[in-house]
Amino acid sequence: MQLITTLLLVTIRAGTSLLYATLGEVYTERSGILNLGVEGMMMMGALTAFTVVYRTGNLLFGVLAAMLAGGCMALLHAFLSVSMRANQVVSGLSLTLFGTGFASYLGQRLGPAENSFNLTGLTGERFPIIKIPFLGDIPVLSAFLQQDVLTYLLYIIVPLAWFYLYRTRDGLSLRSVGENPRTAAAVGINVTKIRYTYTVLGGMLVGLGGAHLTLAYTPGWSENITGGRGWIVIALVIFSGWNPARAVFGAILFGGINAVQYRMQAAGTVIPASFLNMAPYLLTVIVLAAMTILSRKKKTSFSSPSALGTSFSIEDK
Amino acid sequence: MKKIGLILLLLFLACSLIFAQEAKAEPFKIAFVYIGPPGDLGWTYMHDVGRKQMMDVYGDRVDVGFIESVEEGPDSARIMRQYAMQGYDAIFATSFGYMDYMHEVAMDFPDVYFEHCSGYKTADNMATYFGRIYQPRYLSGLIAGKMTKSNIIGYVAAFPIPEVVRGINAFTLGVQEVNPDAKVHVVWTNTWYDPVKEREAAIALLDQGADILAQHQDTTEPPKAAQERGKHSIGYDADMRQFVGDSVLVSPVWNWGTYYIDTVGKMLDGTWETHQFWGGLTEDAVKLSDFSPLVPQDIRDLVADKKAKIESGEWDVFNGPIYNQKGEVVVPKGQVMSDNDKLNMSFFVKGVVGRVQ
Repeated sequence: MQLITTLLLVTIRAGTSLLYATLGEVYTERSGILNLGVEGMMMMGALTAFTVVYRTGNLLFGVLAAMLAGGCMALLHAFLSVSMRANQVVSGLSLTLFGTGFASYLGQRLGPAENSFNLTGLTGERFPIIKIPFLGDIPVLSAFLQQDVLTYLLYIIVPLAWFYLYRTRDGLSLRSVGENPRTAAAVGINVTKIRYTYTVLGGMLVGLGGAHLTLAYTPGWSENITGGRGWIVIALVIFSGWNPARAVFGAILFGGINAVQYRMQAAGTVIPASFLNMAPYLLTVIVLAAMTILSRKKKTSFSSPSALGTSFSIEDK
Repeated sequence: MKKIGLILLLLFLACSLIFAQEAKAEPFKIAFVYIGPPGDLGWTYMHDVGRKQMMDVYGDRVDVGFIESVEEGPDSARIMRQYAMQGYDAIFATSFGYMDYMHEVAMDFPDVYFEHCSGYKTADNMATYFGRIYQPRYLSGLIAGKMTKSNIIGYVAAFPIPEVVRGINAFTLGVQEVNPDAKVHVVWTNTWYDPVKEREAAIALLDQGADILAQHQDTTEPPKAAQERGKHSIGYDADMRQFVGDSVLVSPVWNWGTYYIDTVGKMLDGTWETHQFWGGLTEDAVKLSDFSPLVPQDIRDLVADKKAKIESGEWDVFNGPIYNQKGEVVVPKGQVMSDNDKLNMSFFVKGVVGRVQ
């Protein structure tokens, strides 16, 4: 019982940043925009969050700054892919290259003079773990109730994100733009506005995911802190079938697997570490296969938005 | 028209060759290829410190460039080739995975000096250099063994290769020397540099009851995670105490400056010859950092005593008897493990909990 609680606890903690970014990318892709800049936006979010918190000591400012940074980068992507109708893959990839490089550059210049302007190795304010009284002592359940504020916020955001997408009129408009922008435009939906809105919103959530890394999970700035997690997010979006609720399982699976396998190693298990490292990918293959079978039986949909990655103009024939 | 184009091209090539020749008469040009960012406060940071020390010594006589975060793959060959073609006189590559690529480039540029850190392939114009970091690791093990209360010591380790295994074994020999009840629990992360993974591994070990963490990783996350729980750690690469705090008891550190100054000096006066340098405490290639104030005097004395024995060559870390995890004798009493066996080490000594795989 204790073991399950601990594993769940660390898994949720590890999955938080992934889940924020996945939710963001799900919304972006639902509008038909593929943004491969997640890694870059996360990195910039992580950097700005820590820099602002280090300078101001205010965690809220840090989070807002990270969202702003992610949002601005996504705005650039929206401008290129919606207004300029550029290739979305190229634009997204350049955003990743730019974000990771620029964050590393800034990380060597935004620090205090006494640390030779480096941000690495500094400590700032961080989101503390808040334990909910009484309920936080119940086994298993307590794993959910000993987290930081950003994780608690997810408990509200995930159901909201699902409800908005599937049960509101705006959500329907968003999905229709991603499926068939021409038809959506024909019924009077402003495709450009929707695509801009959700690309920027998506970027803000991705930035927030980055902020969780430097403000809560691994407090402080280190170079290359996201370490490819942005790419895992892209995979998680596919894994979730573009569904915010299912994204939770993906984030937990990928977030938790390291925590779990490191614990098994630390306890001196007989299973080789290389096998444990492989496990999440093996599981992905199984899940993807299961998804295909389920889709074929029409039980549920895992397919991508039909217009994903394509540009749209009202003048097109 | 085609002919004129060809002539122009040839002229251009000739000019560029002349200018390249001229550039050679200028300061001795040296390039460093780094695996990570110098801001990692670890492995690459220490190479960068060494590079700067070397530059301070030779001043205007050398012109030094570096490139950071180069992947260990075909890209690295392209980068080294680029440097060689730009007229660089010497290229240093600081990670094991560059070995084959550097060797390939070295064959094509016989007039350029190549130095590869941690590998084993050499050529007339390509040498290797590395440090016996296992020596200070052993010394840090003595401190960990003395200071652990739970008798569980965690070791966050990168990849199961001889270099890392050797370090874990040397550390454990130190621990067991002073505290046969203490065990060293190993977690493999399969990364040299990933702050998030290294922290996760560190926390897993702390949850297991470890009260001291050691590491073969390039970030400061394991010491930071330990400090947040009020536990101690042993740093690596650089003196991590300056970045984290006094909870870092001591760090086995690299000291590349001495070597870089020496080998570049030989290149400058033309006495350089290919070599395989594997320097230890004696050669000043590796060091044990200053102690944290938390380390008591008697332990410092013990470490100083052992250090003197290693430096004088009177005693080696891998002196027999050495037992493997099953308790079988690997090196009998009175014998010393050969350098070759050290370089190919692929078993854990008694006292390690975990598997080499």
